[in-house]
Amino acid sequence: MGFLNYVVWLPLAVGVACFLVPRRVAPWLALAGALAVLGLAIGLVVDFEAGVAGIQHSVDESWIPELGVRYQLGVDGISIFLILLAALLWAGATAFSALRGEPGDPARSRLYYFLLGLGETATVGAFMAQDLLLFVLFFDLMLIPFFFLIGAFGGANRIAATTKMIVYTLVGSLLMLVGAIATAILVSQETGELSFALADLRENLLAAGSQEWIFCFFAAAFLVKMPAFPIHGWLPDAYRAAPLPVLVLLSAVLSKVGAYGFLRIALPLYPDAAVTFQEAILVIGVASVLYGSVMAFTQTNVRLIAGYSSIAQLGFITLGIFALRPDGADGAVLHMVNHGLVVAPLFLIIAILFARTGTEDLREMGGMATRAPVLAALFLVVTMATLAIPGSANFIGEFYILNGLFQEKVVYAVVASAGIVIAAFYALRLYQRTMHNRLPEGMVSRELSLREAAVLAPLVACIVALALWPGLILERGEASVEESLAAVEPTQVAER
Amino acid sequence: MEIQAPHIDWAGLSPLLALTGGILAVLVAALVTSGRAQRIAVSAMSLISLAAAAAACAWQWGERDDLLAGALRLDELGLAVALIAIASAAFCIPLSWREEAADRAVGPVGHGEFQLLLLSSALGMALLASSQNLITLFVSLELLSIPLYALCGSNLRRRESLESGLKYLVIGSLGSATLLYGLAFVYGASGSTDFTGIREGIGGDVLSDPVLLIGIALAATGLAFKLSIAPFHQWTPDVYQGAPTPVTAFMAVATKAAAFAVLVRFFDVALGPAAGDWQPALAALAAVSIAVGNVGALGQSSLKRLLGYSGVAQAGYMLVGVVVATEAGISALVFYLAAYALMNLAAFAVIALRERETGFGDDIRSVEGLGAERPALAWPLTISMLALAGIPGTAGFIGKLFLIEAAVEGDYTWLGVAIVIGTMVSLAYYLRVVAAVWMRPAPEPAAGVPAIAGGSPDAEAARADELARPEPNATPERRSLTVVALAIIAGAATIFFGVVPSPLVEWAEAAGEALAPFLS
Repeated sequence: MGFLNYVVWLPLAVGVACFLVPRRVAPWLALAGALAVLGLAIGLVVDFEAGVAGIQHSVDESWIPELGVRYQLGVDGISIFLILLAALLWAGATAFSALRGEPGDPARSRLYYFLLGLGETATVGAFMAQDLLLFVLFFDLMLIPFFFLIGAFGGANRIAATTKMIVYTLVGSLLMLVGAIATAILVSQETGELSFALADLRENLLAAGSQEWIFCFFAAAFLVKMPAFPIHGWLPDAYRAAPLPVLVLLSAVLSKVGAYGFLRIALPLYPDAAVTFQEAILVIGVASVLYGSVMAFTQTNVRLIAGYSSIAQLGFITLGIFALRPDGADGAVLHMVNHGLVVAPLFLIIAILFARTGTEDLREMGGMATRAPVLAALFLVVTMATLAIPGSANFIGEFYILNGLFQEKVVYAVVASAGIVIAAFYALRLYQRTMHNRLPEGMVSRELSLREAAVLAPLVACIVALALWPGLILERGEASVEESLAAVEPTQVAER
Repeated sequence: MEIQAPHIDWAGLSPLLALTGGILAVLVAALVTSGRAQRIAVSAMSLISLAAAAAACAWQWGERDDLLAGALRLDELGLAVALIAIASAAFCIPLSWREEAADRAVGPVGHGEFQLLLLSSALGMALLASSQNLITLFVSLELLSIPLYALCGSNLRRRESLESGLKYLVIGSLGSATLLYGLAFVYGASGSTDFTGIREGIGGDVLSDPVLLIGIALAATGLAFKLSIAPFHQWTPDVYQGAPTPVTAFMAVATKAAAFAVLVRFFDVALGPAAGDWQPALAALAAVSIAVGNVGALGQSSLKRLLGYSGVAQAGYMLVGVVVATEAGISALVFYLAAYALMNLAAFAVIALRERETGFGDDIRSVEGLGAERPALAWPLTISMLALAGIPGTAGFIGKLFLIEAAVEGDYTWLGVAIVIGTMVSLAYYLRVVAAVWMRPAPEPAAGVPAIAGGSPDAEAARADELARPEPNATPERRSLTVVALAIIAGAATIFFGVVPSPLVEWAEAAGEALAPFLS
């Protein structure tokens, strides 16, 4: 009881506490807090009852009864590992920042760690919310700390980049607010009671006509957040400007909230609309896979290579979800965790390489492996996972996704498979151009320092562990995924 | 023969009496004191009378009655709005202590005159919020407005202030005249000055009665001037910018609250039966206001102009609560008015202080680098901007949620979408302020002369006079503690009611319930 409250609010509490301690202590306090949250999240997973659908550990308090909003939290098989992922990567990013003395201006370090804490609270809250309005609230709130983190601590052109990002993403999520309110009001006109609780809304689905426009609002918010192909305009600027530990979180965790939203909100509440718009979203997914892969192959800025590869990977996740079959969605859940685990060390490696080379341009790098076998080995693991080599958890995730898609829409599956091939090209290109070839003049290859290894090695270990034991996630996700798709499937069967 | 004295409910009138008593006390105190003693004496009188009036409002909370033969209505709507006006006045008095406009040590007007006018205006607002008769409506609107005209021009040494006062006087008089003309038509059509009488006097079909239609249109126009609803908003940015900042703050939040209260009574109650006829027109006004305000604010570099345009947009949001003419709409409106007051007061307090501390006036440069230099000021301003933009965790978010719920419930979903689209546009300018505070370095101090934002040739010529003016503030750190505290209180309250909104929601719902029997 109330256990989830600690997981949600501890990061913010620690963040506020950072203002009360001396500047030099703040990073370490924040790190201790992030590790404590990680411990709580691990406890949550250990305590999780596998194979059971439905919400566990639920918290249910009255919040604004007049407006029908309740403070409802809970975890299920879809969210539990995303929460763990968030806690893990937040701990990683905080540790990386603390060990490397981020931010550069120590006078503002308290603000930096406060914002990180606020971001974790909002993100974990969004994964746990079981009330539609609470979800929207956390979803919007999530953006604010990142607005400041990029705008106040980022690189060149940061203010324009962060403004662009927040305008893009808030446009989507404000429409979502109207959609959420409309859903609750329309349902309340049937039931006579105003409630935003997901459980209540699932029981009283809207008429197909209302579902359609509301679904579009939600889909817009989620697709911008990911981001998906035609609406990814904020990504290049924000990725160039963001501090790297922040970029880890932005790319690895925040993008997942969009995909998660489809499984948690859009499919269960608007199943008819999901079927109607299935093709449209699949087209967006395939386009994201192809566009992201090709762009990742042609870019020379290492951040953007990773950024565009994220677009491609999230395209896969979208495809898996909108196969509207349990295999596809189960694979999507696994792949969300996979992608988070892969892209986070990738950005940390980019930071480590930048510290050695002073550049983020692929053309100016090379030969970093000559004196750094451990770094090279870790990077190789990450690379192999990125290109989804058989044996990695990424392979299993993509296999499930494509398997689900093949049974449903063969054409999309065939086209999307091309993305896997291009992934091998861009991942290997990134690895070769940075680690192999001749060492450019004036650069030195240096092995990982102990501090860098302390952050990077555990994350890579997680990739390996998940490759050995993907069932950890698949088994726990299955029942919940089926529940999430339950409303969609009968209609589909009826159509056939 | 025995004369039957009319029954007067003195308890119901107690908030108004407390304010009236305060006005008299301030008048006397200002006559017998001067200088520093005057500031202390007058402020004490004002704050005591405001506190007494607030206590009286709290005491009368829950009473619903007609006062003075139906001229006034005692209910939660009037009391809630009176409380907003009283709180704003109490906020603006300490804000004006070091203000050139009110401090005779640096300016020509004394605290006595300044606070006397402020209290009179607050009394007008309290009256207006509870008036349910065309005559009381007009008289109290004038009582509200005339002191404000004088207050806007109270900084006699600044041309912009005088210009602002004159502009407001001319436009305000035009608005009042239009309103009065409209009220006369409404009276002619319905045969009653009393709101309940009008309600019975008009048929359901307004469109077939040109006299009534003209009356409603003119009255709506007149009230729209006061509320700065587009397209009757042109005066707002100029007047906001030119007026002394504490006056702008008071004008922005309290006038809006009082005028909205009477708009609710006039449209939702008196003209309730004809709702179908005026709703589309007001809905169009709301949409235009949202569009014009938000687009207008985009390019502003003066913070007061920015907040002026943002006020136009926010008035559009709040008008939605009137348009739907439901209990939920009125509750949402009252909640938003209270939230709006908190958000704006925090911002204006910071602006007022920075005006005195830096040479940049109210230009956005005055807050650049504030995050690193003065976190105690940066946080309230940031919270205020984020709340105005409707970010979760602030009262602004709950207010928007409430309004959109009311809009969807009242079958005006498209207005809900309009609010959201307006909010998206508004992010661009609110976040520009936040970016200036946290993401830009502090600028080099301006040389000597305070910048005249939006300067005119006249203003340029006035520079010579300005040079002769004493330095606004010699030791800002020590003197500004009160203002910093005020900003922090308003900012903290904005966050508090965003996280624990229930008390304020219940408070606002009482206002909605009070009018429920009159809604059709």
